Amino acid sequence: MSGIPQDHYEPGTKAEKWIDERLPVVRLAFDFIAVPTPKNLNWMWIWGVMLTVFLMVQIVTGIVLVMHYVPHVDHAFGSVEHIMRDVNGGWLIRYIHMNGASFFFVAVYAHIFRSLYYGSYKAPREITWIIGILIYLLMMGTAFMGYVLPWGQMSFWGATVITGLFSALPIIGEPLQTWLVGGPAIDQATLNRFFSLHYLMPFMILGLTVVHIWAFHTTGNNNPDGVSIRKDDVDTTKRDTVPFHPFYTIKDLYALRLFVLFFVAIVFFMPNYLGHPDNYVEADPLVTPSHIVPEWYFLPFYAMLRAIDFDILFIDSKLGGVIAMFGSIVIMALAPWLDTSRVRSAKYRPMLRVAFWILVADFFILMWAGGMPAEGLIPTISLIGTIYWFAYFMVILPVLGIIEVPEKVPSTVEEAYKSDHPNAPAVGHNGGWIVGTNSGRTDGVMPNATPAE
Amino acid sequence: MADKVTNMFRTTLAAASAALTLALSGPALAAGAGGEVTDVEFSFEGPFGAYDRFQLQRGFQIYQQVCSGCHGMKYVSFRSLGEPGGPEFPDEQVRAIAAEYEVVDPNTGELRPGKPSDKFPANDALGAPDMSLLAKARAGFHGPYGTGISQLVNGIGGPEYIYSLLLGYNDKDEEVGSAYLYGNDIYPGGLINMAPPLYGDDVEYLIYGSDAETADYIPPEPTLEQEAKDVAAFLMWAAEPKLVDRKEAGIRNFLMLAVLAVLLYYTNKQIWASVKGKET
Repeated sequence: MSGIPQDHYEPGTKAEKWIDERLPVVRLAFDFIAVPTPKNLNWMWIWGVMLTVFLMVQIVTGIVLVMHYVPHVDHAFGSVEHIMRDVNGGWLIRYIHMNGASFFFVAVYAHIFRSLYYGSYKAPREITWIIGILIYLLMMGTAFMGYVLPWGQMSFWGATVITGLFSALPIIGEPLQTWLVGGPAIDQATLNRFFSLHYLMPFMILGLTVVHIWAFHTTGNNNPDGVSIRKDDVDTTKRDTVPFHPFYTIKDLYALRLFVLFFVAIVFFMPNYLGHPDNYVEADPLVTPSHIVPEWYFLPFYAMLRAIDFDILFIDSKLGGVIAMFGSIVIMALAPWLDTSRVRSAKYRPMLRVAFWILVADFFILMWAGGMPAEGLIPTISLIGTIYWFAYFMVILPVLGIIEVPEKVPSTVEEAYKSDHPNAPAVGHNGGWIVGTNSGRTDGVMPNATPAE
Repeated sequence: MADKVTNMFRTTLAAASAALTLALSGPALAAGAGGEVTDVEFSFEGPFGAYDRFQLQRGFQIYQQVCSGCHGMKYVSFRSLGEPGGPEFPDEQVRAIAAEYEVVDPNTGELRPGKPSDKFPANDALGAPDMSLLAKARAGFHGPYGTGISQLVNGIGGPEYIYSLLLGYNDKDEEVGSAYLYGNDIYPGGLINMAPPLYGDDVEYLIYGSDAETADYIPPEPTLEQEAKDVAAFLMWAAEPKLVDRKEAGIRNFLMLAVLAVLLYYTNKQIWASVKGKET
């Protein structure tokens, strides 16, 4: 399945052979878990696993919550309180689900910015990147609709504001909004369809995750040096890679443990820190909260939406804001074609490094601006932030490829790894878990692997 | 060695960036602005905090004798008054409290005296907000620098808001249209519908519990400050009755995961040693 030469599963016993000839499921699992992975991956290559784990956490806790939740405008808020007070362990399941969404977004932003820094979006991983953006869009939709379900004040008014965005579109806007909401205003029909979609979309994300992983297992992982692993034959590939298991399973488990420690601190000691107090007030269509803000993970894009407070030719400010908000993600999807540099990793691109860190700062500044009332300097700051966001993709990425002089890029992963670890043997593993592990070796030297027969 | 330091640095950096992302979300918490909320020390703040049973009992007496005249508490069940981690009223007391309220029977639709399995009645007569979730629904602490991280040790700030509001009346009352509004430093806008509900000596604090449990307990004087503090603590419990369970479980989980993280750190080091060409 993967496009990388690797050791394959050898059925040992008659029974294994019998199964393998009929349904090669063990073969599939082996090839998947032993996939050759660049040995130079750093700690920013942990986020994909974090995301997969948190997707599963959200799906499992979500399924349990649905057993007790009532999608009805008169009962939704009360049913959440029922979960918090009367369902055994309900408070824990609900707080995990509520904060799990936030940690999901922490991981996805780290994952996206890692890809931007190390050029993971560049050829041949364009499809992996596009699927990733689709997953991100689905995540935003899922999180937004999930936030509406408790039917608090911020649920209701957030939904009113966000669905109102669609009315900015010319001609089809109003009918589209009515169609999405299921009526003239946020009401029972909205709650029902959001509930339905909130249950459906995580499974679409799961499906896309499989395709996302399939795609980069075909091309091979990118890595901090941005050089492709050699795929000439199994032995050459082994000089650049280690099998995913046990090397990255254990590394990722360790990283996951640290990430979950943060998660536990939030869930158990300050579970409402990332939420909004107004969402503990039941939705009331007659009372507008003084300051409507979305969840923190939408704030940078919310800032871009509000940044356009002026008309541009025939585009009014509202439509302009909507275009800026959605455009900021569309433009990101086009990065593989906007980046003209031959070098992937910013590790060897001095000018991109500067531009990248400004982009990261820009993201946090927009996040901060999105949470403030749109007064004083905030609209100006938001506008500058929005302009830089677009300029990074539309101007900096294309131009840097032409004017920037990259530093010397190592020719192979092996060479790059050698410079960080001078004592590293050419092949420091013998195939990993099923074929054989390294445990017990104390001399630090591994002979070339011989796959088990 | 240098390598180890770099690796640790990278790990810390990854962790720090996650923390920073969370920290920056602070502004999203900013809600209805009013006057300065006083930070009161409550026993249930911080990772090791727990409710003070007798304080909750005192707070309940204030709710029952003063607040409940206008405010309902429709998500809180009578039985929870007797559950561990809360006010822990004795069973017979819980039944007696429930029986003092008239509730609508869900099967017959008729009024009857409450049972422990019932919830406190709603009270919509004067449009006063329901008190079940009030402590979580009111403005939180956002410091330092708007990050709100101090909530970890100071609590979310809801009870402090209630406490400060109860002490915030300033006699700058105004008549707006047909309504008489009371001046309050804390309430957003400075004018509140609610007449000052507490003056001190509004209740006589009673002692509930077995003789052994209450041997060392002498109720404090019901001054205005004491009453405001007690009712704020009670409302925090009403909004978050599982707080004690939650924090205890949190300590257990955190320690277990921390131990596991240490083990995985060394496992990871051992596994990679041969690849990095290091002695294990």
